[in-house]
Amino acid sequence: MTALGKLFRTTAFKLSFAYLVVFTLFAFVTLGYVAWSAEKVLTDQFVSTIENEIEGLSQQYRNGGLRRLVNVVDRRSRTPGASLYLVTTDVGERVAGNVGALPPGVIDRVGQFETLYSRTDETDTKPNAALVRVYLLPGGFRLLVGRDIEERIRLRNVIHKAIGYSLLFIGVLGCLGSWFIARRVLKRVDDMTDITRDIMAGDLGGRLKIAGTGDELDRLAQNLNDMLDRIGELMRGMREVSDNIAHDLKTPLTRLRNKADEALRTARTPDELKAALEATIEESDNLIRIFNALLMIARLEAGNARESLADFDAAEAVRDVAELYEAVAEEVGVSLEVSVEGGLPIHGNRELLGQAMANLLDNALKYGAAPDGSAQTITVSAERVGQEARIVVADHGPGIPAEERSHVLERFVRLETARSRPGFGLGLSLAAAVARLHEGRLLLEDNAPGLRVVLVLPLKEVPVPQLALPSAA
Amino acid sequence: MRILIIEDDKEAASYLVKAFRETGHVADHAADGLDGYAMAEAGDYDVLVVDRMLPKLDGLSLIRSLREQKVETPVLILSALGQVDDRVKGLRAGGDDYLPKPYAFSELLARVEVLSRRRASAPSSEPTIYRIADLELDRLSHRVTRSGQEIVLQPREFRLLEYLMKNANQVVTRTMLLEHVWDYHFDPQTNVIDVHVSRLRSKIDKGFDKPLIHTIRGAGYMVRMGPMEGEE
Repeated sequence: MTALGKLFRTTAFKLSFAYLVVFTLFAFVTLGYVAWSAEKVLTDQFVSTIENEIEGLSQQYRNGGLRRLVNVVDRRSRTPGASLYLVTTDVGERVAGNVGALPPGVIDRVGQFETLYSRTDETDTKPNAALVRVYLLPGGFRLLVGRDIEERIRLRNVIHKAIGYSLLFIGVLGCLGSWFIARRVLKRVDDMTDITRDIMAGDLGGRLKIAGTGDELDRLAQNLNDMLDRIGELMRGMREVSDNIAHDLKTPLTRLRNKADEALRTARTPDELKAALEATIEESDNLIRIFNALLMIARLEAGNARESLADFDAAEAVRDVAELYEAVAEEVGVSLEVSVEGGLPIHGNRELLGQAMANLLDNALKYGAAPDGSAQTITVSAERVGQEARIVVADHGPGIPAEERSHVLERFVRLETARSRPGFGLGLSLAAAVARLHEGRLLLEDNAPGLRVVLVLPLKEVPVPQLALPSAA
Repeated sequence: MRILIIEDDKEAASYLVKAFRETGHVADHAADGLDGYAMAEAGDYDVLVVDRMLPKLDGLSLIRSLREQKVETPVLILSALGQVDDRVKGLRAGGDDYLPKPYAFSELLARVEVLSRRRASAPSSEPTIYRIADLELDRLSHRVTRSGQEIVLQPREFRLLEYLMKNANQVVTRTMLLEHVWDYHFDPQTNVIDVHVSRLRSKIDKGFDKPLIHTIRGAGYMVRMGPMEGEE
């Protein structure tokens, strides 16, 4: 495609051109109307002048017959700036008047029409146009009264020229304008295209320029930049995940392999073999569990669980999961304090919220023990704050240092202090992914001492039930 | 029990056929959706184990077609997809249970056995009182007695015992308990279910010589009279 062709194809050019056509048409119609009205006004004036003349002449004719009429015509013809007069015999011979040559046959046509003429005193100039009215007088005589309309024709010409010039002007200016605008837009789009091409070629750090005009292209560029940021984030996430998977799965896989290997070498009795096999199965189950959690997070982040959302009561879900964990907590000597406000309607996935809650409680039970062994309490609460449900799981354990908090939401991240305990470092990531799916967020706060995890979920707007009043009879 | 496995992965299928046969069941195999449909329609199977992704006719369409033909054989859907709403789609198509891959065979076996029993006893004939040895559970009055002595249970404990007794003499896995008693389908990571069962056990079995709630190693739990093989 040539550069010009490209220019003509731009939306800006097409739009400008469309406007140009519309405005041209508008100008044409307006000027045309003005011209038509002006002509009409002039013509009306001519006609009324002619009518007045005729009125006067017919008066004279009635009073003094043909002779009087001829005299009056003769006198009037000589006045400067006079109308046009002609009185002829039945064969077209001039009796009186200031009209010289007329196209043949004109004088025989009775009625009002336009014709060419020349005055008796200016025979050499070219004939002018006139609006005339011809009457048949008794005895075959004819009377012609008319007005010169050259002025009207000149006006018409001026207007026509004006229309022509203005159309030309609009056209040229419009085309130039369209071209200029299109080129400007095209240049910015070309710049964007170049940058996106660079980005596609691998320069993921590249960002589109924002002109600062706040126009639609700026907004588009901003959105594209945001999208690129998000893609970059996902890419980093992906890379981290694959790195972490490689790293973290190596450990259990090696352990699995070693166990099988050891059993093969040392186990002698069927019981020993059986125990070794059971241990390897347990290790495999752990691996499967890690994979499932990873897949789930990946799916949530990809956002394709959106269609599975339904309305449910988050308060009930929180209560259920807390009840599920209450027994385990008691078993390990932790008291689980649950305070859940009734009725927290949410549009989301109950299963996933349950899973997230289970993860948070699991974490609290694993890592939330107070260092000195006292104050073994985990608090679970759910309440409505404005248009949000705040679900809190708080413990009195060592907590998470402020600088580590955003970090632990990433996959496979486990604090040094947690290395010695079972777990894969996926629980909080999953909870955060669930929060994101619900368009909420997961906050990690200081419980002074301990960790306070807050799951903030937007509440579903429940229409205030309107009391159905019986209509007045 | 006659089981039809409809699964296109040869290795997985032969593993399943072998495992089912070893546990004393009759297992047939169909490698694609059309064969599977024909066999399921013609043969008298107790349970169908259907993979979701099958050549020629996919799992969900197969189940839908069977249900349209009034073939009411219980179906367990196996799925590698494991999407969040997969279960819902599977059950809506007419499946009776759903197990995401990968799974432990013990889990599959327990679920298949429960499904086949559900078929044997029509839902209307479900008794209002479950009895195992001297343990009685009245589903209407929510009363539990053992040897005539009333045992007070929390509502959740009651549902737990109810589900165990409904499937008496069958292995019930932890996931199945979480599904039916708490209505959650995730993998219970810690021993949450175990603690609930052991609490229930302390109420039901404590002070009686014959325990009724048994732990089946590597699988789950079972309510039955007397000890059994594989018990800890």
